[in-house]
Amino acid sequence: MKKIQDFRVKEYRWLNETGYLLTLYSDLKIEPVLPGNFAEIQVPGTPEVFLRRPISVFDADYENRSITFYIKVAGKGTKKLGELNQGTIVNIIYPLGNSFTVNGSKNVLVVGGGSGIAPFVLLADELKKKNIKTTFLFGARTKKEIVLTREFGRLGKVWVTTEDGSLGEQGLVTQHTVFKDILTFDKIYSCGSDPMMKAVAKIAGENRIDCEVSLENMMACGIGACLCCVTETTSGNKCVCTDGPVFNSKELAWQI
Amino acid sequence: MADLTVKIKDLVLKNPVTTASGTFGFGEEFADFIDLNLLGGIFVKGLTLKPREGNDYPRMAETASGMLNAVGLQNKGIGYFISDIYPRIKDLDTEIIPNVNGSTIEEYVEVAEKLNEVEGINAIELNISCPNVKEGGMAFGVSCPSAIAVTDAIRKVYDKTLIVKLTPNVTDITEIAKGVEVAGADAVSLVNTFLAMAIDSKTRKPVLSTVTGGLSGPAIKPIALRMVWQVYHAVKIPVIGIGGIMNATDAIEFMLAGATAIQVGTANFIDPQVSVKIIEGIEAYCKEHNISSVSELTGALENR
Ligand SMILES: Cc1cc2nc3c(=O)[nH]c(=O)nc-3n(C[C@H](O)[C@H](O)[C@H](O)COP(=O)(O)OP(=O)(O)OC[C@H]3O[C@@H](n4cnc5c(N)ncnc54)[C@H](O)[C@@H]3O)c2cc1C
Ligand SMILES: Cc1cc2nc3c(=O)[nH]c(=O)nc-3n(C[C@H](O)[C@H](O)[C@H](O)COP(=O)(O)O)c2cc1C
Ligand code: FES
Repeated sequence: MKKIQDFRVKEYRWLNETGYLLTLYSDLKIEPVLPGNFAEIQVPGTPEVFLRRPISVFDADYENRSITFYIKVAGKGTKKLGELNQGTIVNIIYPLGNSFTVNGSKNVLVVGGGSGIAPFVLLADELKKKNIKTTFLFGARTKKEIVLTREFGRLGKVWVTTEDGSLGEQGLVTQHTVFKDILTFDKIYSCGSDPMMKAVAKIAGENRIDCEVSLENMMACGIGACLCCVTETTSGNKCVCTDGPVFNSKELAWQI
Repeated sequence: MADLTVKIKDLVLKNPVTTASGTFGFGEEFADFIDLNLLGGIFVKGLTLKPREGNDYPRMAETASGMLNAVGLQNKGIGYFISDIYPRIKDLDTEIIPNVNGSTIEEYVEVAEKLNEVEGINAIELNISCPNVKEGGMAFGVSCPSAIAVTDAIRKVYDKTLIVKLTPNVTDITEIAKGVEVAGADAVSLVNTFLAMAIDSKTRKPVLSTVTGGLSGPAIKPIALRMVWQVYHAVKIPVIGIGGIMNATDAIEFMLAGATAIQVGTANFIDPQVSVKIIEGIEAYCKEHNISSVSELTGALENR
């Protein structure tokens, strides 16, 4: 069930100048969160930020009643969320959206760029539980933007590409050598910029590999009420906030 | 406790707080957050005769104290509403009020005729004010003769309470209000969104796929309040106030300006429980000011 709940700022862990992990805690119990689910966060104390901001759940700790987000500063709201004092009340609506499907595969490739790596810790936990072998491929412009490789390294092999070659292979994610062996994978998950996901989905399609992508359309309500967040699918416009954010790439119109 | 019921012709609302079309889905979307039975009414998402896919993404942009939308009346059509959606919400103890749209008078009329037959639906809201569709919509609401023509045509086929929703994108909203009153409207609701625009200076492109869209939220409240006040003094039929209502104080201001009831729109996105908080706030206000019936507030604005 969707819930609106007050949390408090517990701690920050800054990963570079513009990326941080924000952990919130609550006195109440935490609702069960699935990999791919997101929250609509009300940015406190900033009248300039009118609407809530959709952010994927990075991790949830049910015992300690805390929930963590990986946030990359994109503008005023994500900047402000990085500047709150410990104990500040943050109101969130969660868990929202659908989740990645985890079943039947043996060897999966997880491709992320930018803040798109956010849903992959919960996903990889789930894959690990099911003994599904996981390989991560993360892309960024430069070394500084590649974060959390140690955390992901515990859950699978991590490959990296940077556009300037400062870490891992040089180039775009889809140019990485891991794609030479693409047929060894039976499932691809991807989250990041639209061009990146489109390129990944194209490769998946060409090789007939099942591919799920998580979209980051702009949202007003996050709960299916406003119809602002739609993406075109093979069966008409669908809401990214309720029918997604995870879609099988075959369903999306941009695949055609 | 104050009597919170209000009457709009034959439509009785248990309190003046309703939710605005397009901002509250079909109500169900909010069932996890509030008891829908507490609401005075739910104006459901705009309906058309045939299914519509709406406009391309991007359909929204955040602006100072508000937002633009260009949804373009995406819906599955009146037939689907009556057969599949309405049965799921019909037993709610609140008034379900469909928002009727069309690109021609004939389409409007056909939708209204179908809704006239539906038991349990006691009112419709005729939307002649949508700024986000190419044909119909606001085009009907910006000129007096066409607003009158569509209201008149619907009045002939619809026997229950007919509310006409007005656009603020006109030189004189009172002229349109008076026109639809003469044509048989039982009430007017105002305002719909203001035609507006957002530009991304980095890409030098409009933010919305449609270039222009409709502005809603607290940014429009003072203008909406002024229009409600003007229309209240221009017509005899009840006025439903809409525009940037975020809390009970805003709602009470609209009632003092002349609104019999109010609709909460964009605020639902920020706080899905806000509608119920507004009911509680109005109740508290009545208690504090010794008001026995909330309808006493309507038009109770005093001279300066
Ligand atoms: C389901 C979902 C999950 C998301 N998960 C995460 C996450 O885990 N971590 C994270 O850092 N970000 C995530 N995002 C993106 C995040 O919501 C946006 O970056 C944020 O809303 C921007 O707000 P702002 O106030 O900082 O930027 P604004 O000041 O509002 O805008 C700054 C710039 O960012 C662009 N922008 C605004 N909203 C979005 C958006 N939704 N997508 C892409 N660009 C946008 C604007 O066009 C503008 O150019 C997610 C988005 C969605 C829809
Ligand atoms: C996303 C969105 C969709 C809307 N869809 C409709 C609609 O289908 N029909 C309609 O009459 N008004 C529609 N409106 C207008 C609202 O009902 C309301 O008149 C307007 O938003 C002003 O009120 P507010 O400032 O409280 O939001 C929509 C508004 C928004 C923000
Ligand atoms: S954001 Fe409102 S419907 Fe998806």
